[in-house]
Amino acid sequence: MLRDAVLVAGKDLRIEVRSRVGLNQIGPFAIAVLLLFGLALGPDRRVLAPASAGLFWVAVLLSTILTVQRSYAIESADAARDGLRLSGLDPAGIFLGKASAVAAQLLVLEAALTIGVALLYGARLSGALVLVGACVAGTLGLAAVGTLYGVVASGLRVRETLLPLLFLPVVAPVLLAATKAWDEALAGTPGRAGGWLDVLVVFAVLYVAIGIVAFGPLLEDG
Amino acid sequence: MPPAVRLHEAVALAGRFPLLAGACLEVGEGEVVHLRGPNGAGKTSLLKVLAGLLAVHSGEATVLGWDLMADQRAVRREVGMLGHQSFLYEDLTVEENLRFALRATRSAVTGIRPALEQFGFGGRLASIPVRRCSAGQQRRASLAVLVARGARLWLLDEPHAGLDQDGRDLLDELLAGSRAAGRTVVFASHELERATAIADRTVHLAGGRVVEPPGHADKLERAGTSEPVRKAPAHVA
Repeated sequence: MLRDAVLVAGKDLRIEVRSRVGLNQIGPFAIAVLLLFGLALGPDRRVLAPASAGLFWVAVLLSTILTVQRSYAIESADAARDGLRLSGLDPAGIFLGKASAVAAQLLVLEAALTIGVALLYGARLSGALVLVGACVAGTLGLAAVGTLYGVVASGLRVRETLLPLLFLPVVAPVLLAATKAWDEALAGTPGRAGGWLDVLVVFAVLYVAIGIVAFGPLLEDG
Repeated sequence: MPPAVRLHEAVALAGRFPLLAGACLEVGEGEVVHLRGPNGAGKTSLLKVLAGLLAVHSGEATVLGWDLMADQRAVRREVGMLGHQSFLYEDLTVEENLRFALRATRSAVTGIRPALEQFGFGGRLASIPVRRCSAGQQRRASLAVLVARGARLWLLDEPHAGLDQDGRDLLDELLAGSRAAGRTVVFASHELERATAIADRTVHLAGGRVVEPPGHADKLERAGTSEPVRKAPAHVA
């Protein structure tokens, strides 16, 4: 399973590096979201800075949808999805590989967005361990849910509109917990973020486990 | 020796629509079988069933000893398929696609270079992304994957489509040498002259079933046989 996961993740990341869709489209999209929030709330940093955590995670959520859609778009061109099924790869390995590749891209994006909230909103980056921990655990959860629902949506003609409908309600706990953890870290009280980090870890473990079990049947049904 | 493929009254559905409606077929090890039939006859569906890509709803289906009713995925590593689409990743090079396919199927990667050269991808051509290849080159790349994988059963859907003359001849050579190479081939083709020249026999499909060839009843009648003409589904072995 892990061998297959490494193989699939390597393939997905190689394709993303070569196609530069993440760099040229998803990255600029996420920055544009931050800018638009800034425009909507006004230039006053006393308003923007306290909202930094929430705005950051909303931008991450929206970007996750694009990243997951891209992850399955590469499988739908030239029926590569059938090629993947024909390869006999372990479905759990495919799930872990695709989720890992999505997570890796999101973590790079989050690094850029972190700089963005500091520069645009005046957020003071403190509690680095909590910030990084929330990003890692939250991103794993988002990638697992996105990859799971992505395979459901990818087999349907209405995939572009269906994925956000399936994905966003399910990841509401990630938005809430990650925002709260970041709020505590940015407010200089990272010690109070432990419970929220626990929520993120439990969510990630739960959805990785569900994905390992459910991905195979969903891939076949798509 | 058990047959490489055995379907008995196999039914495959798309929703409630029957793609295969009780197909019966036996293909021996090393045999090259040509599937013939009008558009919508079920040729592609039959190939997908044999590849384990399309579930069998009822009936019996055994491929290379694997019972597809019990587990349709198990056979996939031993099957190579060439479909209407290339199954390749556009942003990977031809060589990277081969490497991924071989590693995924746990095949030896030593087969990459010979397969690339056999299909005209020697030198720099192997290092360009598939999306920059012509349709014919993409077809050749898919064939290179098929050959390098060394699958025991080849399932080919209109394999000559998109290939130039050299490519077609090369493909025919490969198919003609299948028995010696120990592989079984089932292929669908509308190129009747080429197909009948390389196939051991032709199987006719219509309405998702294996049927007697058109005109068969007339031939029997002219020959004065009293043998009743079998209605589909017919067993073709």
